[in-house]
Amino acid sequence: MAGGAGLIRRAAAGGLGLLVAAALLAPYAVMLLTALKPEAELRVTPPRLLPAEWRPQNFWAVLRDPEFQSWLRVSLVVAVVSTALVIAAAVPAAYHTARHRFAGRGAFLFLVLVTQMFAPTALVVGLYREFFELGLINTYAALILVNAAFNLAFAIWILRAFFASIPREIEEAAAVDGCGRAGTLLRVVLPVALPGIVTATIFAFIAAWNEYIVALTLMTDAAMRPLTVGITTYVTAYVQHWDLLFAASVIAIVPVVVLFALIEPYLVSGLTAGSVK
Amino acid sequence: MGRALLWLGPSLVLIAAVVIYPAVELVRASLGRYSITGLYQGAVGLRNYGRLLEQEALPTVVGNTVTWVVLVVGITIVISLGLAQLLNAPFPGRRLVRWALIVPWAASLIMTSKLFVWLYDYYFGLVNRALVAAGLLRGPVDWLGDDATVMGAMIAVGVFVSLPFTTYVLLAGLATIPGEVYEAARVDGASGWRAYRAVTLPLLRPALLVAAVLNIIYVFNSFPIVWTLNDRNPGMAHDTMITYMYKIAFKSALRDVGLAAALGVVNVGLILIAVLAYLKVSRWREEPV
Repeated sequence: MAGGAGLIRRAAAGGLGLLVAAALLAPYAVMLLTALKPEAELRVTPPRLLPAEWRPQNFWAVLRDPEFQSWLRVSLVVAVVSTALVIAAAVPAAYHTARHRFAGRGAFLFLVLVTQMFAPTALVVGLYREFFELGLINTYAALILVNAAFNLAFAIWILRAFFASIPREIEEAAAVDGCGRAGTLLRVVLPVALPGIVTATIFAFIAAWNEYIVALTLMTDAAMRPLTVGITTYVTAYVQHWDLLFAASVIAIVPVVVLFALIEPYLVSGLTAGSVK
Repeated sequence: MGRALLWLGPSLVLIAAVVIYPAVELVRASLGRYSITGLYQGAVGLRNYGRLLEQEALPTVVGNTVTWVVLVVGITIVISLGLAQLLNAPFPGRRLVRWALIVPWAASLIMTSKLFVWLYDYYFGLVNRALVAAGLLRGPVDWLGDDATVMGAMIAVGVFVSLPFTTYVLLAGLATIPGEVYEAARVDGASGWRAYRAVTLPLLRPALLVAAVLNIIYVFNSFPIVWTLNDRNPGMAHDTMITYMYKIAFKSALRDVGLAAALGVVNVGLILIAVLAYLKVSRWREEPV
């Protein structure tokens, strides 16, 4: 191989890569640095990148803010319960469609694909009408159901791929050993599909955690706001707590970035169902 | 069939209750009249659709939507082609770049949008500061308040948050191209840019089409960026069909459910067309068990 030229190419790629990483992270670095400034420093012209006085206490102020705690609680309840619903509904559907041909299978998968394409945004007026007429505005149930339904598709695609990769012989052997259908699923199939379940769980959790438009529409009561809607009240026409807004954002973003990085290898196949192999 | 219903039941219930039923409600609302407090006051046929066409803001909003979708998706794909090419070959620090690429994808869009409102700020934003210091601007610009720059500023953020997904799809596409193809191209005397155009791009076509169609759907549906970056400006001069629909339904003095629902039905129809395009380009089919 051409050693010299290859080395130069790799060094150039490394330099370019460093620039790309810097460009992608720079806005979030500003978010973090602004979260670490005392409020008085936000109104300095010309603006400075680094805080003159570092103020990590902003993070404590946010964590101790009862409103922030309320938003966090709503976000956690919605994300955890909707994720549990997604897994409970997706596991049997993914398993059955991965293992059996039956009338309506194609139609079902088509329906799932269409729900994935329809972010709730386009349907938001219909969703509001539905939950308004059911008297479920400002309830956990409404937001949990919407998140569960729209995050179902990704979980089904990911789990189907894992179930399909399990050799039938393993299941047949388990059946010979006296496991029933449910027993086989619980004791043999689910452990093998565990990475798929972890991936689907993390994805559904993050999608619900980050959801904005449905929460903005259905959760009009201040006590029922999740984080995405709640943090925007730190900066309004009347108050300008950019330091707290960004401290809260950093708290909300860091854990999901770590979780997202864990499932990165599976993301594309789940989001481009039926295509890129 | 009965057995299948048992296994698919929970999923079907969720989809029926929260996707299909609201779609039906949306169509029904588009054919009805509502009080300002949201009570149904009877059917009015297609009158809401007629009123939609008479809205003064409609041509501007449709134009904005086309600009928004075409430019965000187009620019995203061009940059992502470069990023995918860069990340496809090993180099020191590649893992760091792949991790950096995760951040704008995983972060909540509303938080990223708020961040850019701050970065674009006339007095305190670092965008003006950096551009003036670099000599690219003579004085600060009111990026989100000046009619000439709002759309461009929003498009930049739209591209920024669309890059990760698009780059990863194209990387998956590049991974399917076997190395021997390049060997053969080299033997034929093609290398560098010529090999890229003659070999890589045609083989990347399926992944490119999938990325393009999915991005068209995502960017058309996108709400938080336009909603947040444009929220200081009165009127509908910089709204897309999605934020316009939202303003008609929930925010403006109009609070006109029927009119918003009519626009909602149009939006859903446009997405359905894109979904059909997706099925075609992804050659979606029921794969064998």
